Amino acid sequence: MDKQEYSKLTDKVSQNSKSYLNIPKAFVIGGLICTLGQLLLNLYMYWGADKELASTLVSVTLVFLSALFTGLDLYDNIAKHGGAGTLVPITGFANAVAAPAIEFKTEGFILGVGAKMFTIAGSVIVYGTLASVVYGLIIVIFKLY
Amino acid sequence: MAVKQGKHSLIMQKPISVVSYAAVGSKKESEGPLANNFDILNADSTFGEDSWEKAESTMQKIAVKKALEKGSYTEKDIDYICAGDLLNQCISSTYGLRDLGIQFIGLYGACSTMAESIGVASIFIESSAAKRCAAVTSSHFCSAERQFRFPLEYGGQRPPTAQWTATASGSVILEEKNEPPYIRAVTFGTIEDLGIKDANNMGAAMAPAAAMTLKRFFKDTKTTPDNYDMIFTGDLGKVGAQLLCELLQRDNIKLSQDKNYTDCGLMLYDLNTQDVHAGASGCGCSASVLCSTILPQMKEKKLNDVLFIATGALMSTTSAQQGESIPSVAHLIYISNSFNS
Repeated sequence: MDKQEYSKLTDKVSQNSKSYLNIPKAFVIGGLICTLGQLLLNLYMYWGADKELASTLVSVTLVFLSALFTGLDLYDNIAKHGGAGTLVPITGFANAVAAPAIEFKTEGFILGVGAKMFTIAGSVIVYGTLASVVYGLIIVIFKLY
Repeated sequence: MAVKQGKHSLIMQKPISVVSYAAVGSKKESEGPLANNFDILNADSTFGEDSWEKAESTMQKIAVKKALEKGSYTEKDIDYICAGDLLNQCISSTYGLRDLGIQFIGLYGACSTMAESIGVASIFIESSAAKRCAAVTSSHFCSAERQFRFPLEYGGQRPPTAQWTATASGSVILEEKNEPPYIRAVTFGTIEDLGIKDANNMGAAMAPAAAMTLKRFFKDTKTTPDNYDMIFTGDLGKVGAQLLCELLQRDNIKLSQDKNYTDCGLMLYDLNTQDVHAGASGCGCSASVLCSTILPQMKEKKLNDVLFIATGALMSTTSAQQGESIPSVAHLIYISNSFNS
């Protein structure tokens, strides 16, 4: 049997992810996280913060909650169902930093926690920064003309 | 000396007896259908240690000590220990076994290591290089996850074809003795690769290796699946097991999952309730199923002639990231309650 034929056979036998279930679940769980964010925003503004400060406070709170839930061994259980719904909001980023920090504590604080903390999130930071530079350039160019 | 039959198989001329064996598992294994068969089930998957690597080492040591104890042996009675595991540089074996003072032969065959180590140990005894040998392997879900995949608390999703690394270890003691069951033949596999790149579909990557080794064994020994009570593959899981049947079908070798064939990865956990997706995997999967279930059933004569084919995916995280396909290997051992040279 050649590789092509085997690849076809494998595709036939391998079950696909249940998108009809996963996508609605991601929508609901991701939506709930965003709703929580909106509630927090309204709350901080009600307490007198202006919109910019309130937005920052919302991010800080969500990051804190995500790290807390990661430490309590709950986040991965939610993410198992949430998928992109838990990955895309800022909570996903916080989880991606907190999880290796916990995991690699056994290798010490320097070579473990410190070095491995960004094994997953490092890419997000690098390409996020790069994308924002490109975005900034586009804005500058459009404003020039 | 073991006699080569056909191009690939080695037939034992002496009665290489499996005189003792032990299986150790952890929490998830204790919730599975084979729980009652295990010698030791430790609900604490850290095994009292402060790192997952140490936990796996300790588990492997416990498995060896238990097998020694069950056969009333001490470390001094063992000439060689053939051992391996999944971690880089096989540290579960080297750290787990360093206090035992037994001559050590480290092996790496990924999840095929149990059949590989039993095969090597059998040949050592056959050739009179050793009187008594031990073979042991282990795997630990947590140490494997952090080496091969993501940190445990990372919120990722696993596709339906992914398998769950067993937290388990199995060890056997072999010697020349007139006491069944016996290791009758060994067929070491060649490295096979049909281009599967998906590290979340190891069953598909390994099935061609299992098919090749089985095909060769049947050809060399001029037997068919009907000559055996049961054929067990190591950890092909749901996808790989089905692919193996399809692959062999093309060569007119009939394996049926309802009748004469099953996979250790489908036995260790309940696929419907334990959230393990396509089944169990890891060196400890086939080793612990062999030592907890297959060998005891042979002792009780419920099974008399068994083929045990452990399968291993031979990639590393580096090769996977570089986009290489996954080579795999399958080693077969023929275990029987009868011996006639």
